[in-house]
Amino acid sequence: MMRLTRWLVGLCGVALIMAAAAFLPRLWPDVGMPQVADTHPDTGDAALIERGRYLARAGNCIGCHTGPGGEPYAGGRRIETPFGDLYTTNLTPDAASGLGTWTAADFWRAMHHGRSRDGRLLYPAFPYPDYTQVSRADSDAIYVFLQSLEPVAADTPPHALRFPYNTQLALRIWRGLFFEPGEFRAAPDKSDAWNRGAYLVEGLGHCGACHTARGRLGQTLASADYGGGRIPGLRWTAPALSGASPMSAARAEELKTLLATGVSRRNVTSGPMAEVVFHSLQYLREADIAAMVEYLRQLPPTSPTLDGPAGLRVPPSQAKRLLKQGRALYVDHCESCHGEDGLGEPRRYPALAGNALVTANATSNVIRSVLEGGFGPSTAGNPRPYGMPPYAHQFSAQQTAAVISYIRQAWGNEASAVSPLDINR
Amino acid sequence: MPCRLLALLCLFLASPLAAQPASPVSPPIPDMDNRMAACAGCHGEYGRSQRETYYPSIAGKPAGYLYEQLLNFRAGRRHQTQMQQMLTPLSTDYMREMAAYYAGQTAARHPSDADALDPAAAARGEQLALHGDAALDVPACRDCHGAGLRGGGPYVPGLVGLRREYIEAQLGGWQSGARSALAPDCMATIAQRLSGEDMAAVAGWIAAQPVQPKAAGETEIGPLPMNCGAVR
Repeated sequence: MMRLTRWLVGLCGVALIMAAAAFLPRLWPDVGMPQVADTHPDTGDAALIERGRYLARAGNCIGCHTGPGGEPYAGGRRIETPFGDLYTTNLTPDAASGLGTWTAADFWRAMHHGRSRDGRLLYPAFPYPDYTQVSRADSDAIYVFLQSLEPVAADTPPHALRFPYNTQLALRIWRGLFFEPGEFRAAPDKSDAWNRGAYLVEGLGHCGACHTARGRLGQTLASADYGGGRIPGLRWTAPALSGASPMSAARAEELKTLLATGVSRRNVTSGPMAEVVFHSLQYLREADIAAMVEYLRQLPPTSPTLDGPAGLRVPPSQAKRLLKQGRALYVDHCESCHGEDGLGEPRRYPALAGNALVTANATSNVIRSVLEGGFGPSTAGNPRPYGMPPYAHQFSAQQTAAVISYIRQAWGNEASAVSPLDINR
Repeated sequence: MPCRLLALLCLFLASPLAAQPASPVSPPIPDMDNRMAACAGCHGEYGRSQRETYYPSIAGKPAGYLYEQLLNFRAGRRHQTQMQQMLTPLSTDYMREMAAYYAGQTAARHPSDADALDPAAAARGEQLALHGDAALDVPACRDCHGAGLRGGGPYVPGLVGLRREYIEAQLGGWQSGARSALAPDCMATIAQRLSGEDMAAVAGWIAAQPVQPKAAGETEIGPLPMNCGAVR
């Protein structure tokens, strides 16, 4: 008996060693610094700087790499993650605190391989799992643009990650499991617009960083591509970009207007997406927006349940009371803008009837919108957006749940009632 | 004589308030009342806060001051998460227009603030607001905030139309450090020299003043009695 146990333990040990040996090659090639040739792009080339400025907009570098009240691109914004807080780095060419001593090869190593100049592995909150698709030529252009900025001396606050996530070993394992440097390959059977859209959405746009669900270790789940996801650190959910059926031409036109101006006939961008439009998408050429939409409208369908956790179940008798109360509140507080028919007003107040944000399985966005209100983004196409008042200080949790339950079931909307217990979760 | 005039003019031009660009003047924006519905939720219709004691009235405050505060909230230099979130996706052009819109509204006294003070407190409040207290080395409110307490320039807020509780809470904030400005921080210095009773008295007296129609040039403020870091 003893011998059998010992034998079994030994067998397990051998199996473990074999498994580790099989995994090691995944870790090993990563150990040394990837050898990267320097292309020596011309940092004085005005056209290249402009190209880089545009591409940096497409990548929304400024959105994360600008601290509150800080200089653009000088970093310092806190990024909340489930593993602790990270602070974004200074991208201006300051020698001591920024990228002043970096070469184009160093920059490419960060964008493509996720390694810093000194070889440190970078945290994937910097979306290099997406940026790895960006071409070397585009990476060089962004580098040249960043080097053209006024240097700003701004040290990055130290990251505040919990053990073991604050170790390079943890990153090495994470990368072994979830990251491989990639390269964008055009699909020959697709149109040029589709391919350009795919390049922008998958690469610089890093749309999947929010719109794809993440696993326990923060990796985006390939099985849930663009099925929507909870945004790490924020109480917002990024809705699914892939639908059950392909997007109609009319909806594609709406989406183009929404991405370019922040507002469309029926919709308004809010929360983190308003920031993306404000800092990034409004600056993109019409053809690039059209290309992104062309790619998005042909995404393969995913299950819509991936857009976030559903709320608590509300018993039918309580739901009935909530709906009655919600209807009265809607008439008093919401109807003057969103209308008796829930259709809102084009380019001013979003329609609530048929609005996927309102009826989403994950209720966090509609709850945030009612509690916090907010403006759509100021853009060239819509410089003076209308805004929604916050109701956090006017409505109790019960009233908030009531009005949301009502709009989720009025005008043909068919979504579950929302429990008052979900409001402040 | 012309020389002295010139010197005076130079002095005026060199003063920090004169160095600021004039309040932005924009043509009226169509439908601004409705565009500002998000602000009205807390600050009241036309910026006259009626229901929410701790949300200040912003009607009639100097446009430059309001614009500066919008920038401060967005940058997190003034701490209010709600304000920061609201302003994050807005252009500075729009923020200027918003400030001009509210500056063009008329402030109003809240009815319940009209006679809430006992005579002794009202007298003390009036003394602090109009004359200051030399013994405490506290200047009069109107020395900086203007004869009509309407504020001026980009950095001096108007006080008329604010609720009593709001003014008192802000004074407390300056005293405790919850609100702060660039050093030398005048309002912090002043608040630290005031007792709780003084703060209540002056807040009550200011809130009780009826709001007069704005006189032309009223928001131009002369040299300040203190050196204030916030008034750059």
